[in-house]
Amino acid sequence: MNHSITEPDRAPLDAILLYVFVGLAALGAIFATAFSDDRLFRFHGYLLIGAFTVAFALMTVALSSGRLHSAQERYADGVIRAGVIATMFWAVVGLLVGVVIAAQLAWPSIMYFPEHGWLNFGRLRPLHTSGVIFAFGGNALIATSFYVVQRTSKARLAGGAWPWFVFWGYQLFIVLAATGYLAGITQSREYAEPEWYVDLWLTIVWVAYLLVFLGTLWKRKEPHIYVANWFYLAFIVTIALLHVINNLAMPVGALHHRSYSLFAGVQDALTQWWYGHNAVGFFLTAGFLGMMYYFVPKRAERPVYSYRLSIVHFWSLIFIYIWAGPHHLHYTALPQWTQTLGMTFSIMLWMPSWGGMINGLMTLSGAWDKLRTDPVIRMMVVAIAFYGMSTFEGPLMSIRAVNSLSHYTDWTIGHVHSGALGWVGFISFGAIYCLVPWLWKKDRLYSNQLVEWHFWIATTGILLYICAMWVSGIMEGLMWREYTPQGFLANSFVETVAAKHVENVIRMVGGLMYLAGALIMSYNLWRTVRLPSPASAAATPAPALIPAE
Amino acid sequence: MSALSYETVARFAQQGGTLYFAAIFAVAVAYALWPRNGEVFRRAAMLPLEKDEDDNVQA
Amino acid sequence: MKNIWKKHGVLERKSLLLTVSILVVVSVGGLVEIAPLFYLESTIEKVKGVRPYTPLELAGRDIYIREGCYNCHSQMIRPLRDEVERYGHYSLAAESMYDHPFQWGSKRTGPDLARVGGKYSDDWHRDHLIDPRSVVPESVMPPYAFLAGRQLEQKDIEAKLWAMTKVGVPYTQDMIDNAKTDLQTQADPFAPARDFKGRYGDAVLQRDFDGDPSRLTEMDALIAYMQMLGTLVDFSTYQAEAPENLR
Repeated sequence: MNHSITEPDRAPLDAILLYVFVGLAALGAIFATAFSDDRLFRFHGYLLIGAFTVAFALMTVALSSGRLHSAQERYADGVIRAGVIATMFWAVVGLLVGVVIAAQLAWPSIMYFPEHGWLNFGRLRPLHTSGVIFAFGGNALIATSFYVVQRTSKARLAGGAWPWFVFWGYQLFIVLAATGYLAGITQSREYAEPEWYVDLWLTIVWVAYLLVFLGTLWKRKEPHIYVANWFYLAFIVTIALLHVINNLAMPVGALHHRSYSLFAGVQDALTQWWYGHNAVGFFLTAGFLGMMYYFVPKRAERPVYSYRLSIVHFWSLIFIYIWAGPHHLHYTALPQWTQTLGMTFSIMLWMPSWGGMINGLMTLSGAWDKLRTDPVIRMMVVAIAFYGMSTFEGPLMSIRAVNSLSHYTDWTIGHVHSGALGWVGFISFGAIYCLVPWLWKKDRLYSNQLVEWHFWIATTGILLYICAMWVSGIMEGLMWREYTPQGFLANSFVETVAAKHVENVIRMVGGLMYLAGALIMSYNLWRTVRLPSPASAAATPAPALIPAE
Repeated sequence: MSALSYETVARFAQQGGTLYFAAIFAVAVAYALWPRNGEVFRRAAMLPLEKDEDDNVQA
Repeated sequence: MKNIWKKHGVLERKSLLLTVSILVVVSVGGLVEIAPLFYLESTIEKVKGVRPYTPLELAGRDIYIREGCYNCHSQMIRPLRDEVERYGHYSLAAESMYDHPFQWGSKRTGPDLARVGGKYSDDWHRDHLIDPRSVVPESVMPPYAFLAGRQLEQKDIEAKLWAMTKVGVPYTQDMIDNAKTDLQTQADPFAPARDFKGRYGDAVLQRDFDGDPSRLTEMDALIAYMQMLGTLVDFSTYQAEAPENLR
C-alpha cells in the first residue's frame, strides 16, 4: 500500500481503488433495488443507494481537488477523531434505547403503542444490544486500535484512504442493522441479528479493517509488537472467524431479505452460543483489554505492572475463552459432555481474567494517589475492578447448579451489565477522556469537575442497575421453583412478573443515570474541543475524506 | 456404536483439550519467562510512555 | 534499501505468525465442541411425529422471529422438576431438528413457549396478542394488535420452502409446488384438506385461527404456529428410556 508521496499531482492508487469500489457498489445497489420485489429488501436498497451515491459524489470532489493524499510522516488521526465522535454518538443512542425498553418493562401500559409494532420491546431490544455492543463498543475499539497501533508501531495507518472506508463502512453496517431491526429484518440470532446481506457487508469491512491493522504492523519501526496490539489483533481475527461461521445461511432469494440458518436445533444453538459467548470474550473483553494495556500505562505514566504476565494473560485468555460457550446451554438438549466441558473451561477462565485484572490494577502501584487526583484514572481503575467482578461472577454462573437458578432470569442481565456498563463502558470512557485532548491538541479537558460528576453518577447508576437485577433475578428464579407444602408450584408465572415491578423501575433509573453521565461527558468533550489550542500547536491539516461532522 | 463413539469423542475432547491447553500454556510461559526476552519486554513495556501525542510519526 | 526489505520480510513474518497462532488457538475449541455434533447428527434420535412446518406455520414462525419474540420467550424446557410441571415434558433435541434457526431463547421475561400449543384457545391468543393486559393484567408484553389487520404476505412462501430444503429440511417438490394452496387451506376450515393432510399428516390443525374468516392475516399465521408448538411428539407413547432414545 506504499504509494509514492513524491508525485502530488496524481491521485493515489488506494483512493482510486476505493473510488471504483464505491462506484461499483452504488451500481450494484441500484440494480439490486430495481429488480427486487421484496419490500423490506428494497427499503435497505434505497438506503444503500443513498449511502454509496453520497460517498461517490464526495469522493469525486475530493479526488479532483487532490485532497486524498496521505502524508506518510504524519499519523492518520482524522479517522480516529471521527471514530471518537461516532463512539459518543452511538453511546448516547444505544443507552437511550436501553432506558426506553427498561421503561417499557416497568410501565407497559404507557410505553407501548398497539399500532406501531416497530416500537415494541422485541424490535428495540436488539437495537439496544447492538447499539451499545457494536455501535458504541465497536467504534471505540476501531478508533482506539487505530490510535494504539500507529503510536506503538511508529507508523502511519496503512492503506491510505481505506481506514476511512473501514470507518464509514462500519457506520453503514450499524445503520443497516439498526433500521433492519426496526423494520423487522432479523435472523433472531442474539447479537448477530443482521440478515445475510448486512453480514456480507460487515465481512468486507472487517477484512479491510484486518488488512489496515496488519499493514500498519508491517510498517512498524519497532521490532516487537506491543501487547495491546496482540489483543486487538485477536479481537479482529477471531470476530471474523466467529462472524462468518455463525452467519452461514441460505437466503430465500438473491434479492430477498430473509435467510434461513444453515444449521438447525442443537447444532445451531451451539454454533450461536459459541459465537455469542466469544463475542463477549473477543469483542467485549480482548479488544478492551488492548485498550487497557495501552491507556492505563499511558495515563498513569508507568509501564504495565508485568509485561511477562500480560503475555501469559493473552494466550491463556484466548485459549480458554473459546471453549466456554456451552455454559449458555446447561440442562438443554445439548449433550452433557459438551456442557461439562464448557463449564470446566468457564471456571478455568477465572485465572487469566484475574491475572489480567491484577496486571492492570498493579500498574498503578506507587502512583495510587492518582486515584484521588485524576478522575480519568479512577474511571479506568473502577473499570478494571468491574472486569474482575464480572469475570468472577461469570464462572460462578456457569456452574450447572447455579445456572439452573440463574438461567433465563434477570440475574444474567445484571451480570452482562456489570461487564458492559462497568468494564466496557468505563474503560472506553477513560480512553476517550485521554484521547480527546491529544487528538484535538488541547493541553487538558474542559472540566475535571464534570468528569467527577460523570464518574459518580454513572457508578451509582451501575450499582442501582446490577443490584436491582440481582434481587429480581434471584427472586424470580426462586419463585419459579417454589413449592407449596402440598407439593404444588407456589407461583403462577405472571406472579413472578408482577413481583419484579419495583426492580424494573430501579433498573430504569440506574440506566437513566448512566445515560446522564454519558451526556455530561459529551458536553465536556465538546467544550474541550472548543477550547483554544495552546499557542505552540500548529494547525493540523488532516488528510481527510470526511464530510462535515 | 453410538454410545461408544460418544464416549470416545467426549474423552478425546476432554483429555485432548487438557493436553493441548497444557502445551500452549507451557509455550506461552516459556516465551514469557525466557531470560533473553527480558530486555525486549522491558523496552516494549515503555512503548506507550513515549511522548507521541502529536501527529508527527517519529523516526 | 535492500536492508529495509530484508527487515520488512522478517517483520511481516512476525505479525503473520501471531495471526496464524491466534487462529490455531481459537479454532480448536470450536472444532472439538461443535464438530462432533455434526458427526452425531445422524445418530440423534428420530422421534415419531416430528415433521417440517406447514407453510402457514412457517410463515407464522417468521413473524415470531420478525417481532423478536425470542428476546423474552424461551422454547427450551429443562429437565428440572418445576419446569416440567409448569411447562410440560422437557424438550427433546429432535423437536427442534427443523428449526433454522433454533428458537431456544436465553431469557424468560415471559413464560417458556416450547409446549404452548393447545394450552389456550385461539380466541385467547388473539385477545392476548391484541392487548395482553386485557387478559393478563400484570403482563409486561407489548401489544400486537397490528397483526390482526395485516394481510399475510404469501408470494414468497414457495421460495421459503425451497430455501429450507437447501439447508436440509425434507420438503418434497410436491410440498413446494402446493405451498400457497396449503397455506390458504390450513386457515380455511371449509377448504378440502385431503391433499394438505396427505402432505403434512392428519394431525395438522385446520381452522380460522384469528376469528376473521374473511382474511388471511399475520395473526392467523402466528397463532397457527403457536398452537402447534410442542404438540408433535405424543408423550403418552414416547419412552425416553427406550434404547433408540438414549443419547
